[in-house]
Amino acid sequence: MSEAQQAAARNGGGVDLFGLLAKFAPLLFLIVLMAVFAILEPRFLSSINLFNVMRQVSITGLLAIGMTFVILTAGIDLSIGSLLAFAGLVGAAVAKGGMQDRFTVGDGAVGYGWQLAALAAIAVGLAGGYIQGLAITRLKVPPFVVTLGGMSVFRGAALLFAGGGPISGFDRAFTWWGQGKFGPVPIPVIIFLVAAVIAHIVLRYTRYGRQVYAVGGNPEAARLSGLNVGRVICSVYVIMGFFAGLGAFVLSARLNSAEAVAGTGYELTVIASVVIGGTSLFGGIGSIFGTVIGSFLIGVLLNGLVMMNVSSYIQQIIIGVIVVLAVAFDTFAKSRRRKV
Amino acid sequence: MDGEVRPLLRMAGIAKSFPGVRALDGVDLEVAGGEIHALLGENGAGKSTLLKILAGAQSPDSGSITFDGKTMSFANPHAAQRAGIVTIYQEFTLAPDMSIAENVFIGREPGPGPFVNWSKLAADTAAITRGIGLERNPMTLVRDLSVAEQQLVEIARALSMNSRLIVMDEPTSALSLAEVDKLFAIVRKLKADGISVIFVTHRLEEVIEICDRYTVLRDGRNVGAGAVADVTIDDIIRLMVGREITTLFAHREAGEPGEVALAVEGLTRRRTAQDPHATELRDVSLSVRRGEILGIAGLVGAGRTETARAIFGADPFDTGRVLIDGQPVDIRSPRDAIERGIGLVPEDRKLQALFLTQAIRTNMSIAALDRLDLFGIFVDERKERGLVDEFKKLLNIRMAGPEQAVGNLSGGNQQKVVLARWLALRPKVLIVDEPTRGIDVGAKVEVHNLLFEMAKSGIAVIAISSELPEVLAVSDRIVTMREGRVTGEVMRADATQEKLMAMMTLTSTAAAA
Repeated sequence: MSEAQQAAARNGGGVDLFGLLAKFAPLLFLIVLMAVFAILEPRFLSSINLFNVMRQVSITGLLAIGMTFVILTAGIDLSIGSLLAFAGLVGAAVAKGGMQDRFTVGDGAVGYGWQLAALAAIAVGLAGGYIQGLAITRLKVPPFVVTLGGMSVFRGAALLFAGGGPISGFDRAFTWWGQGKFGPVPIPVIIFLVAAVIAHIVLRYTRYGRQVYAVGGNPEAARLSGLNVGRVICSVYVIMGFFAGLGAFVLSARLNSAEAVAGTGYELTVIASVVIGGTSLFGGIGSIFGTVIGSFLIGVLLNGLVMMNVSSYIQQIIIGVIVVLAVAFDTFAKSRRRKV
Repeated sequence: MDGEVRPLLRMAGIAKSFPGVRALDGVDLEVAGGEIHALLGENGAGKSTLLKILAGAQSPDSGSITFDGKTMSFANPHAAQRAGIVTIYQEFTLAPDMSIAENVFIGREPGPGPFVNWSKLAADTAAITRGIGLERNPMTLVRDLSVAEQQLVEIARALSMNSRLIVMDEPTSALSLAEVDKLFAIVRKLKADGISVIFVTHRLEEVIEICDRYTVLRDGRNVGAGAVADVTIDDIIRLMVGREITTLFAHREAGEPGEVALAVEGLTRRRTAQDPHATELRDVSLSVRRGEILGIAGLVGAGRTETARAIFGADPFDTGRVLIDGQPVDIRSPRDAIERGIGLVPEDRKLQALFLTQAIRTNMSIAALDRLDLFGIFVDERKERGLVDEFKKLLNIRMAGPEQAVGNLSGGNQQKVVLARWLALRPKVLIVDEPTRGIDVGAKVEVHNLLFEMAKSGIAVIAISSELPEVLAVSDRIVTMREGRVTGEVMRADATQEKLMAMMTLTSTAAAA
């Protein structure tokens, strides 16, 4: 057998069952899970419930899109929940025209409108991400440590900013972004899916996307190929910050309130969504498609458990176990790849 | 030395294979008591594997080890040390933030019970270190010692274990001349105390100076052994190189080389506190012309790779300058180098060049994304596939398709993907570091022919290789390096393996001419 034929045999024609399985396992798992819930609880498949699941998923889903960029470079961001809370409060304060009207409800409040509010929230997210990105690339502090610190810093900043209390009561134009619908589809779901499509295009078809995969796959090889590795790594935290800001705006709009404790524990759900979706914590492997599936998987699981009256304490346990299992699978897949 | 005396150590018929490589093929090694024994051979001859087996770090496939009349089989390094065989590796195994005393007696600190008797620890350590000329407070941190002093700590540790045989792997490579003299004095003292030493070195003068007997390995086999007094350096070089000069690798008809494309002047890089074992570069100057292949030969640690990386902006250097087409250029990163038309095929393609889990297509285009631009941000994938097709044909890359993960290709085809990555940029200068390491003979010939083609098209090629036949086959002109210095330059027509080996190993190159 010629070398070319051997190569073809190793890769072509469904011989690599394991790789194929790894690619479609999340989707398969999602379908199976939905089928199980549908049998156990017929209300699960109602269109109202399904859109409800999607709306719930959309906020953490937005964050998961950003986190996909971060994890593709073998990084991690634990600060997102805190950054989201801080960005949400700043955006809310802008919407209300300052802190004096923070509890005034409805259209009566004088403010700067949802546009500036959204911009402010996103600006805070971008700035938070950029600072952390600089700390990682310039000070050479591992992402885990930088963002663990950021987790505390941004939560403290959020509490300080609002004095611990919420800012609530926005006008209709603001809350439409969280509560409105386009036909039967909730607006947050549309934002999530549009963002996913754009992120997919960026990662799959742009030069920047290639650089993200290269830096995550082998930073030394990326450097020796002329890539500015530090800039690419810094940029993914900026992107993560953008999605934290956008998520903050949408969450505030949905709840008609911004709070300093918003987003607590989101980092685990978000990282779980990305990893379950097949993105490797070792970097260089993964996709937005996988992350969208992973987000829905987590959403469906939580929703199904709620409908079956499983205690929220047990849900926490289940999420934790799933994350560990997903990473174990990732490690196993990596050792398989190494043998090739 | 009387051959009838029962040796302290007898390794007989040692064989060891790794996947795809027969590292040792029935090697014998005998060391007498109180003898300094040189173990010699080129890179890859099997010295390291043999020593690892002796140290218990690896187990042989077959063969026997007799030490002090008893048959031994060492399950782990600890067992070998207990028997009285201690190995001092080139990279020390000291804990830098612990004291001399703690390092010497690590794991064997004097008790009572789980507690450490610090005053006894210090006294025991001082008793040993004074004997080998290390006049330091035993509580000094190893981090604060010079490299030579750290080596003495390693020797003190070996002595504290009552070893009968100390293996020293290139102990002089990091030492100054004065330090080497001091080390030799200590080694002679060990010998006088009846301790045997196995001495691995690439500096053949040292063998003549200090060793009693020698064993030479080549390609995993014994090729010679005997008393040092009976041989000359030239004899040893012949034994080390000695393979049949085959016509396996074809030469090329060198064309008339053009203008100087790249010149390096006075390139110097000193060791830093962070990296005390880094290879220094000392006033390295060389140049390569358009259409010429310049070979750089040298043993591991000679500074070949470091020179290449410094030129390419992968590592910083202290002084010196790089000129392209006669103009000095400021290169601070690989990106700068690439913009100036320099490419580097690094020595370890899996660690330094390839994205193993990713497609051949993206691996090939990663350095050329600027040229595949579409609408400012996108990659022109039609052009990209065209590129893959072009180089697949041009370099005869055997692959299933452009989306195949590059990690699934054979070594030779992987290397061709790396070459294609650089050729796509149409570089002025291409540096190839160990271009055929770990690939089969057929692919080697193909890669050599590609280098010839590149030179023919006007690229200035610098080829670095540990394999002398390869250097001789591909180069038009050869520069040798040793310990960070350029030690000589010859035209291919005037070069032989023996001559190159002498230039790579001897302090004064005149001795070999």
